[in-house]
Amino acid sequence: MYALIVGAGKVGWNLARELLDKDHEVTVVEASRRRYETVEEELEHAIQYGDGTELWVLERAGIERADLVVAVTGDDEDNILICQMATEKYGVDRVVARCNNPRNLQHFELLGIKPAVSATDLILRLIEHEVPKYGLVHLLDLKEERLEIIEMEVGEGSPADGVSVADLGLPDGSLVISILRDGGGFVPAGDSVVRAGDEVLLVLDIGLEDAVTGRFLGRSEAA
Amino acid sequence: MYVLIVGCGRVGSSIAKSMLADGHEVSVLDENPEAIALLNRGQDQSWEDLGGSYTVGTALEIDALLQAGIDRADAFVASTDGDNTNLVIAQIAQRRFEVERVVVRVLDPGRAKWYAEQGLQTICPTQTAIELLEAAVRGQIRFEGVAG
Repeated sequence: MYALIVGAGKVGWNLARELLDKDHEVTVVEASRRRYETVEEELEHAIQYGDGTELWVLERAGIERADLVVAVTGDDEDNILICQMATEKYGVDRVVARCNNPRNLQHFELLGIKPAVSATDLILRLIEHEVPKYGLVHLLDLKEERLEIIEMEVGEGSPADGVSVADLGLPDGSLVISILRDGGGFVPAGDSVVRAGDEVLLVLDIGLEDAVTGRFLGRSEAA
Repeated sequence: MYVLIVGCGRVGSSIAKSMLADGHEVSVLDENPEAIALLNRGQDQSWEDLGGSYTVGTALEIDALLQAGIDRADAFVASTDGDNTNLVIAQIAQRRFEVERVVVRVLDPGRAKWYAEQGLQTICPTQTAIELLEAAVRGQIRFEGVAG
């Protein structure tokens, strides 16, 4: 695979290393002369100096034959433009964009750039995972499909505690897809019994969250 | 009409002043609170006393754009000093807020040309300068004093 990475910051440089280790062909483009010289000592011919939002720089780096373009500069507008030109001008099949400011995610979305990865957003989700509000964690939002996957902890004495999956009384449009218990996980059958302390993963239609969470909240949490 | 200008440098501030003088409603957005000095320069009254509005904020922030009135703008000018910023906010104005007339300054002729082909009204001062200078060098046109 030929990967073109724009931006040789910590993300770009380490990504290039990992991809080179896996025997992929990689070119990194970096706009700062100083940074370019530092990284060039290690990456040698796999890095080029130039502004990766200029067409001729992208073309010199071989964007036309790239299988993947990764835009990881520190500027969201640059990352948006790079990915937009990669997809729409050069017909690159796969792009990945870094979103520095999670508030800018809406702009990536508006201009059809996906996936846009925001480290801030990911860390925020991890923090929420450590300190779950009412034991609920959003694992994945599939906006276009209007589905979400959530994780719930089964509360002591909750309506679900000690009840089989078939008898949980979950609304239509929701489904338990796995139960995590004692460090392992399994895909439940209808007669699998849910116990307090389990983590359950559910896929559900957007909007069903309140109806679903009520089944798993323990007495103290519900009050 | 309601004109929103993002980027208050020489270009943005000049357009803002002539639009206001023509009787339009003009709103200017810039991240630098000091840039309003360019709007006040050479005027009898301050920009705001003359009826213009000025918002301090970053171009990519939706809240700043809304505060500057993007949702009721009839014309939008992207004239910050960053080509990429201009191209992104122009597309936001066009696609999200459906502003009828969007013009965007792009210094790099390559990007200006391609985005023009994608339906953006890009204006490239570099390309204009190249064409005028070439014509002057060839003797096809002759300027007295400052051209343009």
